[in-house]
Amino acid sequence: MEFAIMKGKRMFTAKKGRLALISVVAVGAAVALAGCASGDPLGSGSGAVSAADTLVVGSQDYYSNEIIAEIYSQALEANGFTVDRTFRIGQREVYLPELEAGGVDVFPEYTGSLLQALEPNAVGGTSDAIYTELQAALPATLRVLDKAAASDQNSWTVTQAFAEKYNLTDIASLKNVTEPLMVGGTSVLETRPYGPAALKAKYGIETAGFTPIEDGGGPLTVKALVDNAIQLTNIYTASPNIKSDKLVALSDPDNLFFADNVVPLVSEKVTDKAASVLNKISAALSTEDLVSLNSESVNDQKSAEAIAAAWLEKANLF
Amino acid sequence: MNYFADAVAWLFDPTNYVGSNAIGNRVLEHLGFTLLTLVFASVIAIPLGFFIGHTGRGRGLAVGTAGAFRSIPTLGLLTLVALSVGIGLTAPYAALTVLAIPPILAGAYTGFEAIDRATIDAARAVGMSAGQIVRKVELPLSLPLLMGGLRSATLQIVATATLAAYVADIGLGRFLFTGLKNLDYAQMLGGSILVILLALLLEGIFTVLQKLVVPRGVAAGRPTDIWAGFTKLAR
Amino acid sequence: MTWIWSNLDFIWDRTLDHVVLSVPPIILSFLLAVPLGWLAYRFRVSRGIILSGVGLLYAVPSLPLFIVLPFIVGTTVRSPLNLIIALTLYGVALMVRVVADGLASVDRNVRQSATAVGFSEWTQFWRVEFPLAGPVLLAGLRVVAVSTVSLATVGAVIGAQSLGSLFTDGFQRGIQAEIIAGIIATVGLALALDGALVLLGRLLMPWTRSAPSTAARAPMRSDKEAVA
Repeated sequence: MEFAIMKGKRMFTAKKGRLALISVVAVGAAVALAGCASGDPLGSGSGAVSAADTLVVGSQDYYSNEIIAEIYSQALEANGFTVDRTFRIGQREVYLPELEAGGVDVFPEYTGSLLQALEPNAVGGTSDAIYTELQAALPATLRVLDKAAASDQNSWTVTQAFAEKYNLTDIASLKNVTEPLMVGGTSVLETRPYGPAALKAKYGIETAGFTPIEDGGGPLTVKALVDNAIQLTNIYTASPNIKSDKLVALSDPDNLFFADNVVPLVSEKVTDKAASVLNKISAALSTEDLVSLNSESVNDQKSAEAIAAAWLEKANLF
Repeated sequence: MNYFADAVAWLFDPTNYVGSNAIGNRVLEHLGFTLLTLVFASVIAIPLGFFIGHTGRGRGLAVGTAGAFRSIPTLGLLTLVALSVGIGLTAPYAALTVLAIPPILAGAYTGFEAIDRATIDAARAVGMSAGQIVRKVELPLSLPLLMGGLRSATLQIVATATLAAYVADIGLGRFLFTGLKNLDYAQMLGGSILVILLALLLEGIFTVLQKLVVPRGVAAGRPTDIWAGFTKLAR
Repeated sequence: MTWIWSNLDFIWDRTLDHVVLSVPPIILSFLLAVPLGWLAYRFRVSRGIILSGVGLLYAVPSLPLFIVLPFIVGTTVRSPLNLIIALTLYGVALMVRVVADGLASVDRNVRQSATAVGFSEWTQFWRVEFPLAGPVLLAGLRVVAVSTVSLATVGAVIGAQSLGSLFTDGFQRGIQAEIIAGIIATVGLALALDGALVLLGRLLMPWTRSAPSTAARAPMRSDKEAVA
C-alpha cells in the first residue's frame, strides 16, 4: 500500500531542546499516570473493605433514598461515628454484591423489594410477614434493623380523570377499561413479578404495549401519564407527584405489590450503639414524612443534606 | 466467557424473533432511526458546510461551534429535551442530530477546502461560470471527504442511538436497558453484538460508496478515511 | 436557576470526579496509540489488523462496554478504573488512526535525508517523524479529549459519579436547571482541556506558532495531493 506523501515546500527543523522537552513531558505524564493508578481515586469503590473506624453509608440511585441515607449519615455523625458517604451507587443488583463483600456498611432499603431481589419466589403477605421473611432470606453477613412505618412502594397508577372515566378503584377494576391500555415505566417493570404479565395472568387485564421511561417514575413518566401518552404506570407511593398531579394509585387488596417499609440494611461492622441510632430514626419516620421530604427535593429543589438536617432537627432526635 | 456463549444462544433463540420486541423489528427500528437522524443532520450540516467551504466565510465560528457541539453530552441533551417535550422520538432525534452535525459539517467544508486552488483557477480559465465551478468541479471533488464525514457520523449514531431507549420504545437500546436493569447479561450482550454488526454493515456500505464517489480521473487517490474530518475539525 | 447557586459545591465535586474519570484515559490513550499507530504505519500486515481492530472497537456502544468490561478485567461495575479502561479504549480507537496518518504525512524527502545522515530507525522516529507528525497528533488528541469528557457522562447511568450524575438526578427530580448546569459544565471542562492541549502544543512545538496554519494543514495537503 502506498501512502499519500506530503510534498510541502516548508520543512520543519526540530531542535534537540524541544525534543528533550517532549521527552520530559512524556515521562512526566507517565509518572503522573502511575501515581494516579495507585492513588485513592481508583482504589475507592472497587469492593475493598472499609476502614475499621469508619462506617460506609451507601444509597441507591434514587433521590429519595439518598435523603434517607443522608439522614442516617448525619445521625451517625452526631453520635460520634465517622461516616464515608458513597451515594448513588446504582440499583440493587449492583450494590448488593458490594454490601455482601463488606464494601458498604449501612444502606437504606425497602423490605418488599429487597426480599423479592433475594428471593424471587417469596410469598409476601402483610408488612410484618415480609419483614420476617426478609430476615430469613438475608445472607449471613448482613442484617436489617427495625423497619420504619414509612413505606414507599410500587403501585399501579393512573390519572384521576382516567380513574373516574372507568370507575377504577383497585387493580382488578382495570378490566373496566375499554380503550388500549399503554403501560410505561423503567424497563424492569416489564419483567417484574407484578408487571404487565401478572396483570394478564391474575386479572385478565390486556395491555396494549410497553414504553420504557428510565426515570424511575419521575417527572417524565408523570408527564407521559398526564399527556395520555401512556395510561398506566408504576409510581412510588411516596412520590409527591401523586398529590400535585392528581394521580390515583390503585388499591391492591391482593398484595400484588409487596409492602416496602424503609429499613436499614447493615453489615457486621454496625455495632449495637450505631444500630440504636438508626432504630431511633426508623421509629420516627412516617410515610407522610417521606412524601414531604421528597417534595422538598422535587418541588423546592433543596439538597439532600439540607433536607436531612431539617428533618433531624424537627424530629428532635439527636 | 460463558456470558458470550449465553449471548450467542440468546441471538439464536427463535422465541426472540417474534412479537413487537422481536430482534428483527428492533434492528429495523435502529437502522431506520439511524438513517433518518443522518438525513436530519445532513440537511443542516451539508449546505452550511458547502457554504463555508465555498466562500471561506464563517469558518472560525463553525469550527468553534462544531467543537462545542461535539462536547455536548448526548445523555444530557436527551434528558433535557425529553423533560420539555415528553416521551417518544422527538428527544432522541434532536439529541442524536446534534451529535451527528460536527463530523458531517467538517466533511463538507474540508471537502471544499481541500481542492487545489489551481484546479479551480483552471476551471475558470476554460470559461466555467461560478455555478458551473461549484457543480462540476467543487462538488464532485469534495464528495470523498463529505462521504468520510457521513461515515463517521453514521458510526457514532448507530452506537449512540441505543440511548433512545431511555425515553422511547425503539431500537436495539431496548435490549441493552432491559438487560442492564434485569441483570440479563445474555440479552444485553446480544443486543450489543447486534449494534456492532449493524455498525460494521454500514461501514462496509460506506467503504463501497466512498470508492464509488471518487471522480474518474482522480481515482488514483486513496478513499479518504473517516478520521480526516476529525483531525481537521479539531484545529 | 436557584438550584445552581445553592449547589455549587455539588457541581464542583462532580466536576472533580469527572476530571479523575476523563484525564487519565486521554493521557493513556495517547501513550498506547503511539506504538500501535507506528505499527499500523510501518508494516502492511499490522496496518490491516490494527486499523480494522480499532474500527471495530469504536463501534462498540459505550453503555454495554461499561458493564461487560468488569467481567473481563475483574473490577466492579461502578469502579472508576472500569470507566477509565473503557474510555481509554475509545481514545485508542480514535487516536491510532491519527498517529498512523500523521506519521504517513511526513515528507518522504525529509525521511530520506534523515536516513542519509545516518539516523537509525529509532532515532529517526523520535527526532524526525514523531515531532513532524506533532501537529496532526495534537489535533487528534484534542478530539480524543473532547469526546472522552462527553462520553464519561454515560457512566452515571451505571452509578459512577460524574457530571453525568447531574443528568440522571435532574431527570429524576425534574430539575431542568440541573441538567443544563451539567451540560454547561461538561462542555466547559471539554473546552478547558482542549485549550490546555493547545497551549501544551505551542510549548512543545514552537515552530507551529509562527505559521499555525501550515503545520496543521499537513494532512489536508496530503489529501489534496491524493485527490488532485
